[in-house]
Amino acid sequence: MDHASAPPVPPAAGAAGDGAVVLALEDVGKSFGAVAALRGARLELRAGEAHALVGENGAGKSTLVKILAGVHRPDTGRVLLDGQPVTLADPAAARAAGIAVIYQEPTLFPDLSVAENIFMGRQPLLSGRRIDRRGLARRCRALFDRLGVALDPDRPARGLSIADQQMVEIAKALSFDARVLVMDEPTAALSGVEVERLFAVARSLRDSGAAVLFISHRFDEVFDLCDRITVMRDGQWVSTDPTGDLTVDQVVRRMVGREVSSLFPKTDVEPGEVVLEVRGLTTRGVFSDVSFDVRAGEIVALAGLVGAGRSEIVRAVFGVDPYDAGSVRVSGKALKKGDPAAAMAAGIALVPEDRRQQGLVMELSVEKNATLTRRWKLARAGLLSSRAERAQAAEWSKRLQVKAGRLSDPVSTLSGGNQQKVVLAKWLSTRPRVLIVDEPTRGIDVGTKSEVHRLLSQLAAEGLAVVMVSSELPEVLGMADRVLVVAEGRLVDDIPRARADEDSVMLAATGQGAVATGGAR
Amino acid sequence: MSAPTTRTPAPLPEELAAPERTGRRGSALVHRLFVVRELGILAALVLLVVVTVIANPRFLSGQNVRDLLLSAAILTVLAAGQTMVIVTRNVDLSVGSVLGLSAYATGTLLVEAPGTPVVVAVLAGMAVGAVCGLVNGVIVATAGVPSLVVTLGTLYAFRGLVSLWASSADRLQINAADLPAGFKSLGGARLLGVPVLFLVAVAVVLLVGYYLRTFRSGRELYGIGSAPEAARLSGIPVGRRVLTAFVVNGALAGLAGVLYAARFQTLDTTAGTGQELFVVAAAVVGGVAIFGGSGSVYGAALGALLLTTIGTALPQLGLDPFWRDAAVGALILAAIALDRALQLRLAARLRGRNARRDR
Repeated sequence: MDHASAPPVPPAAGAAGDGAVVLALEDVGKSFGAVAALRGARLELRAGEAHALVGENGAGKSTLVKILAGVHRPDTGRVLLDGQPVTLADPAAARAAGIAVIYQEPTLFPDLSVAENIFMGRQPLLSGRRIDRRGLARRCRALFDRLGVALDPDRPARGLSIADQQMVEIAKALSFDARVLVMDEPTAALSGVEVERLFAVARSLRDSGAAVLFISHRFDEVFDLCDRITVMRDGQWVSTDPTGDLTVDQVVRRMVGREVSSLFPKTDVEPGEVVLEVRGLTTRGVFSDVSFDVRAGEIVALAGLVGAGRSEIVRAVFGVDPYDAGSVRVSGKALKKGDPAAAMAAGIALVPEDRRQQGLVMELSVEKNATLTRRWKLARAGLLSSRAERAQAAEWSKRLQVKAGRLSDPVSTLSGGNQQKVVLAKWLSTRPRVLIVDEPTRGIDVGTKSEVHRLLSQLAAEGLAVVMVSSELPEVLGMADRVLVVAEGRLVDDIPRARADEDSVMLAATGQGAVATGGAR
Repeated sequence: MSAPTTRTPAPLPEELAAPERTGRRGSALVHRLFVVRELGILAALVLLVVVTVIANPRFLSGQNVRDLLLSAAILTVLAAGQTMVIVTRNVDLSVGSVLGLSAYATGTLLVEAPGTPVVVAVLAGMAVGAVCGLVNGVIVATAGVPSLVVTLGTLYAFRGLVSLWASSADRLQINAADLPAGFKSLGGARLLGVPVLFLVAVAVVLLVGYYLRTFRSGRELYGIGSAPEAARLSGIPVGRRVLTAFVVNGALAGLAGVLYAARFQTLDTTAGTGQELFVVAAAVVGGVAIFGGSGSVYGAALGALLLTTIGTALPQLGLDPFWRDAAVGALILAAIALDRALQLRLAARLRGRNARRDR
C-alpha cells in the first residue's frame, strides 16, 4: 500500500514498516499505589507494520495496553496520535481514535447475539435512530465472509469457543476500521490452525495500512508475524529493533537482563523423604500428565507463563478443583480428590494467589482470620474461645512479624505484605507438612518480600515441603531447590538449582527449551 | 492524514477458512427457546383460567375479567419498569413506597386544587416517581453501593416521607368524596369495554418493549447486565444508562401510584406496601434473569398477569387466599427451574455446534 507524506520517520528503523507513525507513547509512567507499573515506557507504531511487544510477566505490558485502550490514564508522559498529543480518557475515546484492543480474555456479552456484540453502540440505524436489525445481520455476515468465519450472526455469544470469541473480537475491530489493532496474547488459548487464521487476518490488516501491536510470549509467532520488536522490562522501555536484526536469545536476554540479587536467602537443607507425590495429574483442556515429588525441606518452584496452568495444578492438588485422572499422595497415603478438607487433614496448606478473594475475610479481625482454619481445634464444646484465638494469633503474628495496630483490627486495614503474612499465619497454624504458596509476593513491597522469603526458607529448614508458584523469575531462581517449568499445561522441564538460570527457565517456558539446553534431559 | 482510506483485507487462503459448520440455525434455536419461555407462562395462565372456569363458570363474566385486568394493570406497569432495572443487573425495592408517595402526592394535589386536569395530575405523579428514581439511580451509579441495599434504604425513607407528610398536613387519609369527579371517572372508564387503566398498562409495556429492543441505549442496558466489565471496556456509559433505567422505573412507579389513586380512590399512607417483592416475583416468573442481561418486558407483563389471576382465581376455586402466597412461591421456583433447564439445553445445543477443538 502507499505510504503517506506525513511526519518524518525517526531513523532507528530498518526496512520493515516504514509507514508514518500512527500512535506513539513517550516516557509514559503509571503507578498503582506504591507500585510503579510503568516508568519511562515508550512505543511507536507505524502504519502498515506488525509490531511485537515482549517482556516478562509483570514487565508492564498489560498496563501499557490498558493505557492504549483508555482504561488507565498515564500519570506522566504523552500519547501521540498522528503526532498530536491526545487524551484517551475512556474506552470510548480510544475507540473513537481508531484503536481496537483484543484482550487476553475476550470481553463479550454472553446473552447478546454475535452481531450485537460486534456492533454494540454502533448498530446501523433506520430513521428515528431505530436499530436496523436486518442491516445489522447483513453487515455482520459481510464481515464474517471477509474473515472466512462461518458463524451465525444471530446466535448468542454464550458457548462460543475461545477461538470463535477471538474471531468476534477481530470482527469488532474490523467493523470500525481500526487504524491500530492491539492483540494482548491472543494465541494463548488457540490451536495451530486457529493461530494461522488469526495471523492471516492480522497480516491482511497490516497490508491494508493498519498498525498491529502483537503481545505474545511465543517467540516463534513473534518472529513469524512481526516487523519490529519492542522489549520491556520492569515497566521500562529496553529496545526497539527490526525483527531481522534480532535472535531469540538476544530478545530473551533483554527481557530478563538484570542481576539475580541475593535478596532471596534460601538456606541449603538436606532434603528428607518424599512428602508430596503427584502422578499423572490431568484435567482435560487445562493440564495433562503432571507428575512430580516434593521432599521435606525442599522448595520446589512451578515456573511458567501466566496461563500455563500452574495455579490450576496446585488447586487440583489441594482439592479445590476436581481432576480427571492421576493421583496425589501425602507421605505415601493417597488423597481423595476434590476434597480440600481431606487435604488439610493430611497436612497440605494452600496459600492462594488472590488473597483478597480466596485467602482472607477482609472484614474480620487479624486474629479471627489467622485462626479461621483452626477454629474447630480451638473451640471448646463448639464455642470459640476468644482467649485461645488471641493467643494463637499473637504467637504466629509475632513469628511472622505482622505489623498491625491491634490484632482486633480488620484485615482490610493492613498493607498487602502484612495481609499476606496473616494468610500465612492462618495456614501455618494448622502445622502443615506441605505448604503450597501461589504467587506469595505479588503486589508486596520489596522489604516485606524478602521477609516472606526468609520465612519460607526458615520453614523449609524446619522440614516443611514447600511448593511455590511464582511468575517472578528472580524469586524462583533465588528460592527454589528445583524449578519445574510448566508450558501449556505440561511439565516441560525439571531444572535443579545448580543449572537454573534466567535463560534456561525462560526458554523452557516459552517452548524453546531445545535452543537453550540442547535437547531434553 | 496518512494511510489509505479503504482497507479491504484480502480474503483468506482457502485452507485457512473456517470449516463449514452446521448452518445458521442458532437464531431460530434461540428464538424458539425464548418463545417457549413466554408460551410457558401463557400456557400456565390458560390452564389456570380453564380450571377455574370449570369450577366456577362465572369466572369469565365481563365484570370479573374487568376487575382482574384492573388489578393487573398496576402490577404490570411496575413490572415493566422493574424489568428495565433488573436487566442491568440491579433491582429497585423501593417501588412500593414510590407508588405510595406518588399516590398520596397526586391525591393531595387533587384535593388542594380540584380543578387540576387529569393529565397534569398524571404527569405530577410521574414526576414525583422520577425524582425518587433519580435519588436511587444517583446513589447506585456514583457510590458503587449495590442497588439492593440502596433501594432497601429508600424503601423505608420514601415510606417515612409519606407518613411525615400526612401527619404534618393532618391528612392521614384521602377519601373518595374529596377527589374531583373527573379523576374518579378514570378509574372505571372503559374503551370498547376494556378498562382504560389496563390499556395504559398495555401501552407502557409495548413502549418499554419497543425501546429495549429497538434503540441503542436499550440494547446497552442488556449489555451492562450481561457483562458489566465488557460494557465498560466497550465504551458504554454504564453509570448514565443505569441512572436512566432507575429514573424511568421511578416515573413508571409514579404512574402506577396515579393508577392506584384512580382505582381505589381512598388513599392512606400505606398504599403499595409490600408490592416491591410481588413485582420482582412477576418479572422472575416472566423470565427476566435476576442477574441481568436477558428477559423481556412482555414476559414480565405476562408474569404480572399470571400472579394477579392466581390471586383472584383461588377464592373462586374455594381455596383460602392464604394459598396465593404458596402458589406464587411455587411458581417462582418453577420458573427458575424452567429457566435453568432451558439454559442448559441451549448451552448443550450451542456446544454441539462448535465442538471441533481438540486441545
